[in-house]
Amino acid sequence: MSVMTSAAVPPRIALVGNPNCGKTALFNALTGSRQKVANYPGVTVERKIGHFVSPLGRRVQVIDLPGTYSLRARSPDEEVTRDVVLGRFAHEESPDLLVCVADATNLRLNLRLVVELKRLGLPIILALNMMDAAEKRGCRIDAAALSAALGVPVVPTVAIRRGGVQPLLDQIDGAVALAAAADAAESPAPCCSPCGSPNGWSEPSSRELRAYHQEVEGLLARCVTDAGLPPVATRRVDAVLLHPVFGLAFLFLVLFLMFQAVFAWAEAPMNLIDGAVSGLKDWVAATLPDGALRSLLTDGIIAGVGSVVIFLPQILVLFFFILVLEATGYLARAAFLLDRLMGGVGLHGRAFIPLLSSFACAVPGVMAARTIENRADRLATIMIAPLMTCSARLPVYTLLIAAFVPDRPVLGGLVGLPGLVMFALYAAGILSALAVAFVLKGTVFKGAREPLLMELPAYRLPNPRDIALGLFERARIFLARAGTTIFALMIVMWFLASVPGAPEGASEPAIQYSIAGMIGHALEPLLAPIGFTWQIAVALVPGIAAREVAVGVLGTIYALSDSGDALQSSLAGALAASWGLPTALSLLAWYVFAPQCIATLTVVKRETNGWFWPAVMFAYMIALAYGASFVTYRVASALL
Amino acid sequence: MSGQSFPETGQRPGGRHLGELRKGQRARVTGVDETAVVTSLPEGELERRMIEMGLVEGSHVEVLHEAFPGRDPIAIRVNEHTLALRRAEARAVLVAPAA
Ligand SMILES: Nc1nc2c(ncn2[C@@H]2O[C@H](COP(=O)(O)OP(=O)(O)OP(=O)(O)O)[C@@H](O)[C@H]2O)c(=O)[nH]1
Ligand SMILES: [Mg+2]
Repeated sequence: MSVMTSAAVPPRIALVGNPNCGKTALFNALTGSRQKVANYPGVTVERKIGHFVSPLGRRVQVIDLPGTYSLRARSPDEEVTRDVVLGRFAHEESPDLLVCVADATNLRLNLRLVVELKRLGLPIILALNMMDAAEKRGCRIDAAALSAALGVPVVPTVAIRRGGVQPLLDQIDGAVALAAAADAAESPAPCCSPCGSPNGWSEPSSRELRAYHQEVEGLLARCVTDAGLPPVATRRVDAVLLHPVFGLAFLFLVLFLMFQAVFAWAEAPMNLIDGAVSGLKDWVAATLPDGALRSLLTDGIIAGVGSVVIFLPQILVLFFFILVLEATGYLARAAFLLDRLMGGVGLHGRAFIPLLSSFACAVPGVMAARTIENRADRLATIMIAPLMTCSARLPVYTLLIAAFVPDRPVLGGLVGLPGLVMFALYAAGILSALAVAFVLKGTVFKGAREPLLMELPAYRLPNPRDIALGLFERARIFLARAGTTIFALMIVMWFLASVPGAPEGASEPAIQYSIAGMIGHALEPLLAPIGFTWQIAVALVPGIAAREVAVGVLGTIYALSDSGDALQSSLAGALAASWGLPTALSLLAWYVFAPQCIATLTVVKRETNGWFWPAVMFAYMIALAYGASFVTYRVASALL
Repeated sequence: MSGQSFPETGQRPGGRHLGELRKGQRARVTGVDETAVVTSLPEGELERRMIEMGLVEGSHVEVLHEAFPGRDPIAIRVNEHTLALRRAEARAVLVAPAA
């Protein structure tokens, strides 16, 4: 790097450290961004770039990296960290400064990586994060002595407290200036000078690793005057939650409660939104003169977007559970508890974490699989992630349940029948995922399981503000999607469903003669064996772009098909009146499996570097979906 | 560190490994030797991973929890942190009873 560039290009600093030591929390505190922070190892799986202005007014670029225990990168997320630190990314040099983040409550393990990183010869600042937790446990660390012993600046930080990163900020300018000076002093020869350049890095041997540990012991002896108490509360809680019997029972109870709550807790707010939407529709219908504009607004936009927006409360309840589980530190425990059971189908216990994220959306779930080291294990996890019922499928499930499942209490009034059916649908997704994993691991992905070596973080009480902000963020994303993608698709669908108009003297509603109607009728023969009507066929097509749009399209189609006063009744009512139960069950079965999500297929392509695995995924899921719907429809038709 | 002779080949008679400890037992790590373990990993990899996770000569360990079924995997305290691992791989960690 030349001296010229350091003046023009902002200095780049990278946050490096063990998993879960608070790098992302620090990144957020420095840059004011809202990247995901949670209490389990492996939250961040890609690099994130942000900027801040140092106390001396210098613009600085910060890179947040996935956590790692060593530069020897065992999994794709750790490879990102290695490549950024070593400057192996194309068109990117090593960062100008490493901010090594260490969890002060667990210095021994964290310092090992620092000692390894120091060998690279890059300028370093060591941030002792979580100082609040360390103090609470009675740890006493002599930062000045540690700084002298290590030969790098050491600053205490509390990333989650206001002003908790000030000590780090105070050091940044000095360190950046020093780094620039060192850079300038270096020989102007083209980049890879062996001394001080990390390009000479090679994997440490076990002997070197042991030597690093020895070095850390020496540092600790000099700088830690009191190691503090172990986290007693965490141990007490784990005595129950990791109990071989109660622990598993509790885990299943939590999952059951989560799926049940999605239905039960969201009911009242959903009714409110439903009322507001139909109120708006009536108001528009009453104010505007009859015509295309009124139809577009009421039948297209309000019926379509409205029937999706209704599901906001459910999605928030689901995310509430996931956010709380992530923030407490329970996720890693669940992976521990399930390791043996998931091993039965050849999966790694860790796979639980990506799979749970997939209940929200398969896209982050597929990305979270990066933390699984073994390629075969990772691919198996990626391939089944979309079988977890994602939140975009909730609207479809809920709509059909509302239309076809009577709301009566079961199990002695403990749960409602709709909630139970919802749970059964989730369970169907999970069980088929396990079955698919079993088949995959027995055939294409044969091989021994990767070892389990996973840190269990201390429990933390979730911060209500973080949870609230997380939910707010979710609501914003969901509504933005409803207002853009879904809104646009609904206008297109309304148009397709309205032109060309009905011919003279037509007996059927105009939609039968529209482009959408033609498409639906064209697809009908293909889908008739599984009991789908032409309306469903129309709804499935835009559902590929966004699953929940299917519900919106049904809303529009039935709004347009209705004549006169029937418009008043809800979509669920319209469906109940026009579909048989076998058709409804068949559509539910279809949605458990169908790979209708371009976003998921795209992310699978990115994560597996090619179209092969997404193609396999699409083929196997569509085959399963068609097969399951066929069987469901036939069996249900025969029995009912 | 106490004087263990050859941690790499530390299969001394009567030596115990982490994989056989029961809940509540404490021990001190005396060596890491992966030869007794069947893994899919390249040679030397498991040993290095164990060391990177803090399972290195001189570390203090205590078995905190056992999962179900088969009391496997186990959660152990390693000095200041808690680690989950399977008994099969824990066999690579040689231990002596805590003093
Ligand atoms: N008490 C306390 N908790 C903190 C502090 N910094 C972070 N945390 C918590 O530690 C947990 C992990 O924080 P993250 O920022 O996600 O950690 P990370 O290093 O980015 O983790 P990975 O992305 O998995 O490598 C979260 O629960 C944070 O709320 C701190 O200074 N004090
Ligand atoms: Mg992170």
